Amino acid sequence: MTFPNHDRRGAVLGRSALAAGLALVAGLIIAAPLRADDTTIVSVVIENHRFTPSEIHVPAKKPAVLEIENRDATAEEFDSSALKVEKVIAGHAKGSVRLRPLDPGRYRFTGEYHEDSAKGVVIAE
Amino acid sequence: MLAALVIVFREIIEAGLIVGIVLAATRGVERRGALVACGIAAGVAGACLVAAFAGELASLFAGSGQELFNASILLLAVAMLTWHNVWMSSHGRAIARDMRNVGTEVAAGRRPPLALTVVVGVAVLREGSEIVLFLYGIAASGGTSAAAMTLGGLLGVLGGAGVSALLYFGLLTIPTHRLFAVTSGLITLLAAGLAAQAVAFLQQGGYIELMSATVWHSAWLLHEDSVLGRLLHTLIGYSDAPSGMQLAVYLATIAVITGLMWLVPSAGPGRDKQAAE
Repeated sequence: MTFPNHDRRGAVLGRSALAAGLALVAGLIIAAPLRADDTTIVSVVIENHRFTPSEIHVPAKKPAVLEIENRDATAEEFDSSALKVEKVIAGHAKGSVRLRPLDPGRYRFTGEYHEDSAKGVVIAE
Repeated sequence: MLAALVIVFREIIEAGLIVGIVLAATRGVERRGALVACGIAAGVAGACLVAAFAGELASLFAGSGQELFNASILLLAVAMLTWHNVWMSSHGRAIARDMRNVGTEVAAGRRPPLALTVVVGVAVLREGSEIVLFLYGIAASGGTSAAAMTLGGLLGVLGGAGVSALLYFGLLTIPTHRLFAVTSGLITLLAAGLAAQAVAFLQQGGYIELMSATVWHSAWLLHEDSVLGRLLHTLIGYSDAPSGMQLAVYLATIAVITGLMWLVPSAGPGRDKQAAE
């Protein structure tokens, strides 16, 4: 003997959870990124698997955006557990990385695919 | 070679631990091997696609397509894990009983939803696309010889799979009647961790600005880049500097899953008794 109504109930709950998730994502798409006026924007270039500048200064406690241009042919991943950022930037492409308001300090980052050469630090002050 | 080994190992572990938990959680379920294999295959195919179109994906939605994509598939995984836990809370006891009584892993007629296949696929896709991009980058720049890179990658896969297998077999030593309670708990924490990661991507993409301040700093105690830190990050969503919103969503996910599991009645307690006699 089976109890298909329990299956159905689980499935309904699962579908509701999925629908709620999708609705959330859809809402976020419509909301679109907001950019506060006091946001600092810093341009960073990746070339020959190195970041320029490799030392990035941003004001503490304020949001900042890194506009990263990858001039290499291959992809790079801007990776920093300190900044809580993971962002793949394809070859010959640009990407922006949004930093949360940071406490004063030094936050290391690397290009995960070329850790030997691609490294730098964000200094919040 | 070492770079290839380290990075492949790291990504494989992250996906592998999730597969290990899924395999343990579906013990005694019909055709679960095929379901998990399908998830892995779909994940690998998806990873290659994502890697091939990384540039196009990134330029969607005003440059934050990648964040939105990552957040979406993570939330999809959270929904599927929730669904699985709810399903198991009504069927788990019956499956455990069948396993004891019949002494076989095949519990006829008890097919779980496809939920965990999707979870496996998502995990493999996310970590796999990074491996593909990385290895392609090395191959294209020609720094390391192809043979050394292949060897490093293979060793990374073996190492990552080994650690995941340890987790799986470790979980299997848990007595059958306790196993599903443990895996349900693990899946709840896993889902909460993934939801918190999705929040991080949405904050990175600028979609969430509320409560973005860091709640605590615990890198001095356990750094997220350390081996234990990474394991805990993958398994229970440990973060050494979570934002307020991440913490709130983490706790809310646990509350919602636990609440749903509690709301759904256990499948036919009367039937359980009959079968036991």
